[in-house]
Amino acid sequence: MAELVSQEMFLNMGPHHPSTHGVLRLIVQTDGEIMRRAIPDIGYLHRGIEKIAERVPYQGFMPYTDRIDYVSAFSGNLGYALTVERLAGIEVPEKAEYLRVIAAELARLGSHFIGVGAVLLDLGAVTPFVHALRERETYNDLMEMLCGARLTHNYARIGGVSHDVPEGFKEKTLRFIDHLEHEFIDEFNNLISFNSILVKRFANVGVVSAEMAIEYTLVGPNLRGSGVPFDLRRDDPYSIYDRFDFEIPVGKGKFGTVGDCYDRYWVRIQEIRESCRIIRQALQQMPEKGAIRTKIPKVFKPPKGEMYVRTECPRGEMGFYLISDGGKNPYRLKIRTGSFSAMSILEELSQGVMVADLVAIIGSFDIVAPEIDR
Amino acid sequence: MHNVASIIQSTLKNLFGSSPSLDLLYACLGYLVPCLAVVTVISMIGGILTLMERKVAGAIQNRLGPNRVGPSGSLQWIADAIKLHLKEDIIPALADKNLFRLAPYIVFVGTVLTGMVIPFGGSFIVVDLNVGLIFIIVAVSLIVIGLLMSGWASNNKWALLGGIRSAAQIVSYEIPSALALLTVILITGSFSMQTIVAEQGLFPWQWFIFYNPFTFIAFFIFSIASLAELNRVPFDFPEAESELVSGYNVEYSGMRFGFFFAAEFGNIFVTASIATAVFLGGGNIGLDPYDSGIGYQLLMVLVFFAKVIPLCFVSLWVRWTLPRLRIDQMMSMCWKYLIPISFVCLISTALWMLVFNGNGIFWRMSGS
Repeated sequence: MAELVSQEMFLNMGPHHPSTHGVLRLIVQTDGEIMRRAIPDIGYLHRGIEKIAERVPYQGFMPYTDRIDYVSAFSGNLGYALTVERLAGIEVPEKAEYLRVIAAELARLGSHFIGVGAVLLDLGAVTPFVHALRERETYNDLMEMLCGARLTHNYARIGGVSHDVPEGFKEKTLRFIDHLEHEFIDEFNNLISFNSILVKRFANVGVVSAEMAIEYTLVGPNLRGSGVPFDLRRDDPYSIYDRFDFEIPVGKGKFGTVGDCYDRYWVRIQEIRESCRIIRQALQQMPEKGAIRTKIPKVFKPPKGEMYVRTECPRGEMGFYLISDGGKNPYRLKIRTGSFSAMSILEELSQGVMVADLVAIIGSFDIVAPEIDR
Repeated sequence: MHNVASIIQSTLKNLFGSSPSLDLLYACLGYLVPCLAVVTVISMIGGILTLMERKVAGAIQNRLGPNRVGPSGSLQWIADAIKLHLKEDIIPALADKNLFRLAPYIVFVGTVLTGMVIPFGGSFIVVDLNVGLIFIIVAVSLIVIGLLMSGWASNNKWALLGGIRSAAQIVSYEIPSALALLTVILITGSFSMQTIVAEQGLFPWQWFIFYNPFTFIAFFIFSIASLAELNRVPFDFPEAESELVSGYNVEYSGMRFGFFFAAEFGNIFVTASIATAVFLGGGNIGLDPYDSGIGYQLLMVLVFFAKVIPLCFVSLWVRWTLPRLRIDQMMSMCWKYLIPISFVCLISTALWMLVFNGNGIFWRMSGS
């Protein structure tokens, strides 16, 4: 009898695959269901945003920052605006600061709805995703009230924000937050978060220890999921985040090891609650009247120099490194994003897990493909 | 007179007289007509279940579901079927063409064959085989060959993984589901579906599910195992759309794809029917199914469907609520829990029959 030859199989997961969250390719080497390794192949969504920045004026680059991470468009706006403002030494009116915080936390809510919904969709639970999308719809409505756009908001301006609060926005936001805190989160948890199948799929899968997370420069909820209590909003406050009282949820190994997929998922669920708290405080403290924008000259030329500003985005730390040569366009702009560092750890995590686990791991990092490539 | 076929034969004999050659014709007609009827009924019910699934999903997800074709979307499934028929039928260039063409029909045939021995209530059964239940178990296992075939023939790695998964899964879960059904066979002593139904009664305490604690457990084992055999969430590994894209049917399009889906949804109905007939009293309303008037017979059909539809609904409900297990968890659940428990049920029921002389908790077996 001829000897049976067994061979490992190479699978192309993506660029078009339902659970790669955009256009992302993974070269997967499998032995049946067990995976030997998965090599991420990024770059399919590279749009040259950093290069574009060198070709457009400072103000004109704002709409492009929406597209870095379109799931939470305002976060990109805010980071870029802060960078330019610090470089040029522009003061932002107080009301604009509050509006920025409200918009940024709403963006975090909107992003986490997609984040927790999509990972559950990857696990085959369709209904929680739809329930989360229903809440995101309200977030879209709120942002539409605020700035007229539903996905790419382009709300921040250098020196402030583009629109003042419309009538009824405050009430609607408060209602939304009440609904989230008192109804949605509990309902969602009862529906799926404590489901034993979900716990089985998530607990002890894709464990990232605190040291490993720091070594691979994981950021944001992925880092906090590994038990590292680091949040730029508290540890390196920007804008007016030092005025609010909120907790930093960290992974505690709720159903398994610290740093498993469940911890990352659970941190996001808790962050929804914390964001609600921040928005409520901001709405209460926000001055009724006041300017929303500092005037900047039409031909805006910040002084020569360089500046790095990092902000806490839903997908972790987003940093803008800006070099100005005194002209009207940036000389160089480098953007550092959270999904990119989450990609780097994937190859190590994927060794020896099952194909289904890889899907759960990618989902639990809440990767948005355009943010990886920019 | 134990089925529709013999009723048709005798009616024809009375109408047109009898001779050896005519008798053969009558026999052919007698079986062909009910067979075609069952094929039609199962495909129609499969279609209606797709609509029901989308409506149920809509209700669960705060949506409306389909509401454009016909009154509140009630004709959507017909539009879907027409669309699938009109679509281009693509066969991949490197596929094994014959196997690729054959696979969907084998899956569909597996489903329809099962329908032949389902007692729809009254005398509405195509043929009341004396090995009816065994026939069902055998016919259902035919499906896995079709799935494996499609996975292999597609010449696609995702489809192959899906096919292998379906083979592993269905073959494993056949064991607990067959053992759960055999638990009831110990009570009836017959594999004939009509006999199994006739031994039960109209009222819940006369059903086999409440015969003893072990049949009660067996019913749930059968329900779980049949969910797995149906490839439904939480056991939809062969087509796990977020892992394997679409699994074994990833290369299929048009009506070939439609056959897979007709079979899948037809199977939901078939398994619900088996559970109804075996555990929930089928269409039994306490009357003799063969000697009752046509009105009573239709009432039996109504009772049968009144039990089947809630079971179908449960299958859809689970589909839209739970996430998917992982394949190793699914296999360990089968081999470590379901199979031992179903063996315990089988042996305990055998002992129960011995100790209690064939009496159930609530009722006494007829004739004992």
